[in-house]
Amino acid sequence: MTKQNKKELVVSAIENGTVIDHIPVDTVLMVLSILGLDKYEDEVLIGNNLDSKKYGKKGIIKARNKFFEQKDINKIALVAPNATLIVIRDYEVVEKKFVEIPNKIEKILKCINPNCITNKEIIDTKFKVVDEKPLKIQCVYCEKTMTNIRFSE
Amino acid sequence: MNLKGKNLISISDYTKEEYLEILRLAEEFEQNPKQEILKDKVVASIFFEPSTRTRLSFESAASMLGAKVIGFANPSATSQSKGESLHDTIKMMSSYVDIIVMRHSIEGAARYAAEVATVPFINAGDGANQHPTQCMLDLYSILKTQGTLENLNITLVGDLKYGRTVHSLVQAMCNFNATFHLVSPTELKLPSSVKMHIKEANLKYEQYTNLEDVIPFSDIIYMTRIQRERFSDPLEYEKVKDSYILDAAMLRGCKETMRILHPLPRVNEIATDVDTTPYAYYFQQARNGVYVRQALMAAILGVK
Repeated sequence: MTKQNKKELVVSAIENGTVIDHIPVDTVLMVLSILGLDKYEDEVLIGNNLDSKKYGKKGIIKARNKFFEQKDINKIALVAPNATLIVIRDYEVVEKKFVEIPNKIEKILKCINPNCITNKEIIDTKFKVVDEKPLKIQCVYCEKTMTNIRFSE
Repeated sequence: MNLKGKNLISISDYTKEEYLEILRLAEEFEQNPKQEILKDKVVASIFFEPSTRTRLSFESAASMLGAKVIGFANPSATSQSKGESLHDTIKMMSSYVDIIVMRHSIEGAARYAAEVATVPFINAGDGANQHPTQCMLDLYSILKTQGTLENLNITLVGDLKYGRTVHSLVQAMCNFNATFHLVSPTELKLPSSVKMHIKEANLKYEQYTNLEDVIPFSDIIYMTRIQRERFSDPLEYEKVKDSYILDAAMLRGCKETMRILHPLPRVNEIATDVDTTPYAYYFQQARNGVYVRQALMAAILGVK
């Protein structure tokens, strides 16, 4: 096996499915969980700390026979804003999709207001996106606006 | 206009036309406050934190319309003290009543409770967040005293940083081409998130530290109490607590039509010698709360 082939093994091709590229190395597991790939029963390949020309190091996920709607992809906007989703069919790249910040963000974030109902009872959080750059969100419940994002544990 | 079943959680939930419809109805109730139009209705008045004025105002409004009022004024007398969740309390309440009026000390409790409730819901204050019926009665008081809500000079005085009534009033008055005069100690300036509403509406505001500068051209002077409970450092509170005390002598030279509002309770920010001047309107303002709450309950229950 040549050196080149070995390198390719790390990111080996899939016949059908989606490759999520350019994930920050510290959020790969979060991306898996947000997209429900931690419970996906078909083959999922995960690579992390791979060399990236653009970002230095990156993570990558390949999910066999899995295709995403744009609204699902957007859920990872906060943890992997620069991710690229490559749709593969019959070993060929048929489409590239990019992450867009959604208008509403549900469940994954925590409200910074300690006196917010979402920090007092077991409730899924909901935020409206007020501004995209820099990101500013507003809690739908306590109406507090915030620029520092905290993820739910 | 049909407001039947429309919850009121936040001042931004209603449009300008909807505010005006509520104010129009409030005027009707002021003319004729005792009507048995809710006599087959049950109103839940559930107060998880004490608020005598707001609770009595709602209960008086409901009673005058013939509704039965059930509820509590003190959470220690409820299952919450046994650890019941807000979710379960509201679910249970929904099956007993036609409308829920709730005050809670936790921000966002109202929006959440309204999601859980299966009957219409009015927020009577959720922590430091919203108190929309106070804002509606402020609008009604401005309309009553000035004959219009349009193009007024609105002066807001005192704690503009933490005062939620001030924040809501600014937001609501942005619909009516107001000019805002903001008088506060430097530590208690209006937050930029609220100023943003003024900027977005392309309206003007000026900031002042001296109250006397703005009295001559104000149409409304909205005084607020500087709240001790908002300060973690008592020294900081001591520094600003007596910043603005409005007395009768300061009112010389004000507009004849100027009126002074205050969400009450006051401490010392309005001297008692103002009470007997024609400019004092804060007690009538509190009374207006009854008519506005009658209007809201009647509209939301679909009987007006």
